Amino acid sequence: MTRWTRKDLLGLEELSREELLLILDQAKAFQQVSLRSIKKVPALRGKTVALCFLEPSTRTRTSFELAAKRLSADILQIQPSSSSLVKGETVLDTARAIEAMQVEIVVIRHSTSGVPAMVARAIRSSVINAGDGSHEHPTQGLVDLFTILEKKGRIEGLNVLIVGDILHSRVARSNLWGLTRLGAKVTVCGPPTLIPTGIESFGAKVSYRLEEPLGAADVLIALRLQMERQQEKYIPSSREYTRLYGIDREKLKGAKPDLILMHPGPVNRGVELSPEVADGPQSVILEQVTNGIAVRMAVLYLVAGAHSGSADSPVDAAVHPEPFESPQGKRSLT
Amino acid sequence: MNSSRLLIRGGRLIDPAQGLDEVTDLLIEEGKVAGIGKNLKAEKAAALDAKGKIVTPGFIDLHVHLRSPGQEHKETILTGSRAAVRGGFTTLCAMANTDPVADSAAVLEVLQTQNAKVGLVSILGIGAVTVGLKGETLTEMGELETAGAVGFSDDGMPVLNAGVMRRALEYTRMTGLPVIAHCEEKTLSGTGVMHEGVTATRLGLAGIPAEAETVMIARDILLAEAAGGRLHIAHVSTAAGVELIRAAKARGVRVTAEVTPHHLTLTDEALGHYDSRFKMNPPLRTAADLEALRAGLKEGVLDAVATDHAPHSKAEKEMDLGGAPFGVVGLETAIGVLLTEGVSRGGIPLSTLIASMTSRPAKVLGIDRGHLRKGAAADVTILDPEAGWTVDAATFASKGVNSPFLGWRLKGQVTDVLVKGKIVLRNGQFVNGEEK
Repeated sequence: MTRWTRKDLLGLEELSREELLLILDQAKAFQQVSLRSIKKVPALRGKTVALCFLEPSTRTRTSFELAAKRLSADILQIQPSSSSLVKGETVLDTARAIEAMQVEIVVIRHSTSGVPAMVARAIRSSVINAGDGSHEHPTQGLVDLFTILEKKGRIEGLNVLIVGDILHSRVARSNLWGLTRLGAKVTVCGPPTLIPTGIESFGAKVSYRLEEPLGAADVLIALRLQMERQQEKYIPSSREYTRLYGIDREKLKGAKPDLILMHPGPVNRGVELSPEVADGPQSVILEQVTNGIAVRMAVLYLVAGAHSGSADSPVDAAVHPEPFESPQGKRSLT
Repeated sequence: MNSSRLLIRGGRLIDPAQGLDEVTDLLIEEGKVAGIGKNLKAEKAAALDAKGKIVTPGFIDLHVHLRSPGQEHKETILTGSRAAVRGGFTTLCAMANTDPVADSAAVLEVLQTQNAKVGLVSILGIGAVTVGLKGETLTEMGELETAGAVGFSDDGMPVLNAGVMRRALEYTRMTGLPVIAHCEEKTLSGTGVMHEGVTATRLGLAGIPAEAETVMIARDILLAEAAGGRLHIAHVSTAAGVELIRAAKARGVRVTAEVTPHHLTLTDEALGHYDSRFKMNPPLRTAADLEALRAGLKEGVLDAVATDHAPHSKAEKEMDLGGAPFGVVGLETAIGVLLTEGVSRGGIPLSTLIASMTSRPAKVLGIDRGHLRKGAAADVTILDPEAGWTVDAATFASKGVNSPFLGWRLKGQVTDVLVKGKIVLRNGQFVNGEEK
C-alpha cells in the first residue's frame, strides 16, 4: 500500500493517482469521527497547527480549524489584521518566525499564487495550501473528489462539467488535476474571456456554450463569479453572465436526471446558481461542506506523519483506513 | 603594469568593426591603440600574454540601471562599474529612471560628477523622454544632449500617449539621438507577472501577452516612419516583434533594436517554481520566441545585446511573485552565458556575438567606440574561452544578486580588462587598490 511521504500538500498537480486515493481512503476513515458523540481522536495531540489565512475566508478556515481540533491539535490563528504577512515584512520572514516557534504544520491561504510553495521551500514545518491566488485549492479539490465518489461510486469515465470563471479559479485547477488523474472526462465552460490560454493542453475540453456539455454531464461544478470581474471588464454584465451560464431549473431540463450539482461556496444566489437549484434535490453543496472536515483531517494527519517520520502515530483503530466502498458495495475506482 | 606602452601578445583578436579575426598582437600607447600586427616589436613595452585568449574591444551595454542617484541600496556607480568590469563592459549607458529622474541636465551632471570619482568605466547618460517619466511633457532634449545624453528613454515605463511619442520622435530629427522605446501596452499587460501562456495557466499567474509588446512596437515603428525619426527598441522579447522590426528595416525605417542575454537563453517555463529571480519585464517568452530572437541577432535584425541590468535588494526580491519587483542583474554573467548557451550550443557565431556587444551597439548610438582601429581609446576585453566557472551570488561585485543564472556552469570568462589603456582587471582581479 502507498505510504504518504510528502512534507507538504501544495497542489493536486503533483500527486499520483495512488496518493490521491490514499487521502480519500483516509478521509473515509475519519468521516466516522464526526458522527460520534465525542468528536475527537488524539492523533495530533501535542502538535501545533498554524492557520495563516491572509485573505478573507470563513468556510475553509473554520473547516481546517474543526479538522485540527477533532485531531486534538493545538491551534495558532494568524489573520491579516494581526499580521504583517501581507505587506511590508516579507512572507518568508514571518514564516521563519512561525517555524522558530516549533509549529509542525502551517496552513496557508494567500491571494498570490505560489506563496505556499515559496514558504514550503524555506521552512522545515509542513505546509498545507488552503488556496493560493488562482493556482490551486487542493483540499477543496479533494473534497469534490470525495463527494463525487460518495455519490457516484466512481470517478473514472464520468463526465464532469466545470462552469464559470476558469481563468481566476484555483478550485477549477485543482479539480482538473484531480479528476483527470482519476480518469474523469472534464469539460470547462465559460465566456471566452474567462477561459485561460492553453487549458486544453492539460486534458480539458473547452466549451463556450452550456447546453451541449450539460446534456452529457454526470457532475456539474459551478464556480463563484467574483463581482469584480465585471468592473475589470472581463464580462459585459452579471446579467448577461447569468443568462448564458447561470444554472437554473430551465437549463437543468436538458441534463441527466441523476446529475449532481456542486459548488465550492459561498454561492452568489441568482448569479451562477438560481436559489431553487442551489437548494434543490440535485445539489450536494452542503455535503461538500460536511465532507470538508474529514478530508482536511486526513490531510493534516498524513502530512503530520510524514513530518515526524513516525509510523506509529497514536491513532485509535477507528481511524485506520478501509477501502472506499461504493453504494453498490464494491470498489469501482479502477 | 601601468606603463604607457603595453603589448598584448598572441591573442585571437576579434574586432568586427575591422573584420578582424586572427591571432595577432595589439600595441597600446598613451591609452590608445597604436598598432595591430603579428610579432610586433615594442621597446620598453610591458607585455601581457594573451595566448589562448580572445582579445576584443571593450563591451558596450546600451541598457543598464545603475540606480544612482536615489536608490543606492540597490546599486551604486562603484558597484555597478565593478560588475561591468567583471563582465568585460567598458562603456555603460545609464537608464534615466533614477530618483530624481534624469530629465534635466543637472541630474545627468550629477551622474558624470559621481563617475569622475569612481572612474572605472565610461558611463554615458540616457535622458528621459518625458518629465518625471510621466509620459506627458517632453524633456529639454536639446539641453540634455549638451549635457552628454546619448539617447532618450522612459525605460521602465512606456510612453503611452501616441501623440507625445510622435513629438519625441520628430524631435530626434534635430538631435539625431535615438528614442529608446520600452514597448509595453499597459492596458494589455495589466497586472501580469509573466508571459501569458500554458505555464501561466498552470501556475495561476496573471499573464502578459506577447501583444503587449508587439502592438507598441508596431505603433512606434509607424510613428518613427512618419516622423522620419530615430527609434531604438529596447529588450525585444517576441518573435512577432522581430518580424515587425525586420519588415521596418527592409523598407528603410530608421529603427534599431536590442535583446537581452536572458531572453536569448530562458523561457517562461523557468518560472515553474514561482522563483522571482525569473521575473522581469518584458517577461521570458516561449521556446519559439527564443529561437526567433537568436535568428534575429544572427541576421542583424536585432542589432545589439544589452543586459537590462536591473539590480534589486534581496529583501525586495524575496517577496511573493506578485509583490517582487521586475528585473534581473546581467552585467557579470552576460558573456559567459552567451558564450556557453548562445555560441557553443545555440549556433550564434562568435564574431556575431562580439559584434553585438561592441561595434553594433556603438553604431546604434553613433559613437566612436567599440573598435580597435589605430588611435582609438584602448578599451579592451580579454576572455579565456575555455575557463569554466559556476555563477555564484557570493562572488558578485553588483549589489544585486537577483540573477536567473545562479548555479549555472559556464564556459568562457573575462580575465583582463583595459579602460583607456589602463588595466583595471588582471587575471580576474581588480587592479590598483580596486582589490575586493
